[in-house]
Amino acid sequence: MSVNIIIKNAVKKYGEHTVISDISVDIKDKELFTLLGPSGCGKTTLLRMIAGFNSIEGGEFFFNDKKINDMEVSQRNIGMVFQNYAIFPHLTVRQNVEFGLKNRKLSKEVIQQETDKFLKLMQIYEYRDRKPEQLSGGQQQRVALARALVIKPDVLLMDEPLSNLDAKLRLEMRQVIRDIQKEVGITTVYVTHDQEEAMAISDRIAVMNEGVIQHIGAPQEIYHRPSNKFVATFIGRTNLLDATYTHTDKIIKVGEDSFTMENLNIQQDLPVMLSVRPEDFILNKEDQKGLKGIIRDSYFLGINTHQIIELTHNNQTVEVIQESSLENLSEKGEAVYLKIKKHKINVFSADGKTNYIG
Amino acid sequence: MKKNKFDLWGSIKIIMLGLYGIFLIYPLINLLAQALVDKDTGQLTLTYFVKFFSVPYYFNTLLNSFKVTFCVTILTVILATPLAYIFTRYNIYGKSVLRILIILSSMSAPFIGAYSWILLLGRSGVITQFFKNIIGITIPNIYGFVGILLVLTLQLYPLIFLYVSGALKNVDNSLLEASENLGTSGVKRFFLVITPLIMPTLLAGGLLVFMRALADFGTPMLIGEGFRTFPVTIFNEFISEMGGDDGFASAISIIAIIITTIVFLLQKYFSTRKSFTMSSINKIRPVDTKGFKKFLIHFYSYGLVSISIMPQIYIFYTSFKNTNGTTFAPGYSFNSYIAVFDRVGKVIVNTMTIPATALVFIIGLAVLVAYITVRRPGFFSNVLDTVSMVPYIIPGSVLGIALLIAFNKPPIYLSGTMMIMVIALIIRRLPYTIRSSVAILQQIPMNVEEAALSLGSSKMKTFYRITMPMMAAGIISGAILSWITMISELSTAILLYTGRTKTLTIEIYTQIIRGNYGIAAALATILAVLTTISLLVFNKISGDDDLSL
Repeated sequence: MSVNIIIKNAVKKYGEHTVISDISVDIKDKELFTLLGPSGCGKTTLLRMIAGFNSIEGGEFFFNDKKINDMEVSQRNIGMVFQNYAIFPHLTVRQNVEFGLKNRKLSKEVIQQETDKFLKLMQIYEYRDRKPEQLSGGQQQRVALARALVIKPDVLLMDEPLSNLDAKLRLEMRQVIRDIQKEVGITTVYVTHDQEEAMAISDRIAVMNEGVIQHIGAPQEIYHRPSNKFVATFIGRTNLLDATYTHTDKIIKVGEDSFTMENLNIQQDLPVMLSVRPEDFILNKEDQKGLKGIIRDSYFLGINTHQIIELTHNNQTVEVIQESSLENLSEKGEAVYLKIKKHKINVFSADGKTNYIG
Repeated sequence: MKKNKFDLWGSIKIIMLGLYGIFLIYPLINLLAQALVDKDTGQLTLTYFVKFFSVPYYFNTLLNSFKVTFCVTILTVILATPLAYIFTRYNIYGKSVLRILIILSSMSAPFIGAYSWILLLGRSGVITQFFKNIIGITIPNIYGFVGILLVLTLQLYPLIFLYVSGALKNVDNSLLEASENLGTSGVKRFFLVITPLIMPTLLAGGLLVFMRALADFGTPMLIGEGFRTFPVTIFNEFISEMGGDDGFASAISIIAIIITTIVFLLQKYFSTRKSFTMSSINKIRPVDTKGFKKFLIHFYSYGLVSISIMPQIYIFYTSFKNTNGTTFAPGYSFNSYIAVFDRVGKVIVNTMTIPATALVFIIGLAVLVAYITVRRPGFFSNVLDTVSMVPYIIPGSVLGIALLIAFNKPPIYLSGTMMIMVIALIIRRLPYTIRSSVAILQQIPMNVEEAALSLGSSKMKTFYRITMPMMAAGIISGAILSWITMISELSTAILLYTGRTKTLTIEIYTQIIRGNYGIAAALATILAVLTTISLLVFNKISGDDDLSL
């Protein structure tokens, strides 16, 4: 059985220090939900509150309609995968995997059968009689996953499960986790600080900062329409430009450039902040439209070329990414013009807290 | 559910504190009362303390103890630090055998070393006679300060050696290369770079040596003669033929505790100021040497090890000599061993059962206390942690007296029982086992236990199915070390034993005092064999590397 997890007004304090002040979130049945944020943002804390390793200072946690606030860890029926795998070093691979089943008073045949099934599913059946120290990092990770899943948990919790693996293995295991999660069909809460990993693996992502959820949404949504400046800068790269908005004719004016934006929820004239991703600038030299700037540096990175450009009107530097062309790179010191793909940019309030696009 | 869980560990905490209250705190408070209350009038009095400080005879024992302990500590550091450095940095022939010998030489009871040195260098010692009769040189007198210094230094330098070797393992070789790269190498580097790095360890090891040397009873008793140290005085005052003076013995004990406490706190103060964590990626690898340097390091290593193992080898040798009354006679036989088995079967049984019983409790209690202090921190855990370290600064003979005075009358009457000896061993050895268990537990990631909980295992089950087995290897090797220490323990046992609870060390001591040298040598050899076997088992289990005492 899989469940949806409802968290209402969660509060976490360590002594006087409040780590999480008020988080509410509804994690749907069978979805892979990621808590993403910089270190210290409270994502692991929240995960451990769901697991029952951290006490809950306020709010309510539900699996379906069952409140779990005071339930023992061992009664919650969760599968957990830890950053360091937490494989029992004194037990063999098989003993690790069947550990949870043995706590459930099942018959020997069932235990054997289920253990075999998951050992095979995770492709570690051939290592079943080895001790963990004889396994590689990726294999240990598979054991951890098998051990967590074999008990048919209501919820799977994963705390930065890939951060101890090398880059190649990380990509491979990412796919394994994604596939298994879909195959078993289990509500999963996944914690990471790696935005690319989060985007690749998640159904939905909650971006957290300083104990507050900044944005919940599908990967495309948080990338293209981030709810505030923090999300826009944390997910991918972006350039922030000061601009003004005139609400009578719906015109955004930035430097010497201006254009209309029809889709903003603003009813007055005010300063705004534009978030323009590096790929949303169009660089041209000929028709002299857009923001004037001077090339300060450029890097050829294969598919793309990155250019650092100093804007003439306020001396701010921005980053521009273009598909690499066969011609030579632009010269340093050369004057260029930047047009903005206005349908892709985001317009924030001057303090960066609100996205006006609606 | 939540309530229950608190109660389980909570009640274990209370029970542990209760046990410490009865068997440690109460005897110590009682000891203080004995020292401060006049027996006849029931009035508070400082008479005993005044007596101690006003009569030079007593006060001097304190000065003597200090003098010899301080010198021993310095000397062990001076001898052992270069040895550990040589062992880490250079290749030496037969290094692993030397290591075993170094450890072995520290494992016997110090008074056996003292006794053997008397046989070698005493008034009628073999070496003394040799020089006197053949060469005509009179070797300086070994009795007194010099003798104690010699015996305790050779006995205790292995502690520093082991501590420093451990610390050097954590020194990254890049640090040495960096200093060489910056123009500091050789001896200069040893003092400017390595010494500061191992300073916290030197302080910790030095404290241990200081405590052991200060509390040692058997060595000054045998070889000290006129040079009286205060464990001897405490013993004499307590077990005087004229009817011992409990009050005065208690007062000296209190003074001893105050001194050890001050030393302990000073050490703590300096070592926390100098402490830092190290971990090495590139360990120092031993390299080959050539020429004079090669000769020098071999000469130093082999010389020091030979001298320190000599007493044991000589005891072993004399155990096969024929004896005639209290003197050795020409010829060799197993007569001493035959005499031993006729007379002291019971003693050997005691030597096994008393420490074994204590060991069971020590392991159980240490694991619980370690678990509580590491995994369930809180006010009571802190209290427990502090209280459990108290025995560290109580000299063995002081603890013996405290237990005797406290439990020689109802409601708890224990004097003369085996139980009081077991309790004494538990109290004395527990701090070490707790420390090592804490260290082991701190290395086990909390996650592993959490994983077990998340898989539906209860807290108790997690503890004995996951935590305990993971700690097992470390605990067993710690237990073997405790075992070795306990079977050669003298200073507490000498106060607590009766005819029925005599152990090997006491029997050896008594036989030496009575002059039955053959029997004493045979018994000491048996003890050494026991120790060696235990040590080999330890090596097998721990893989030789992490020996700490």
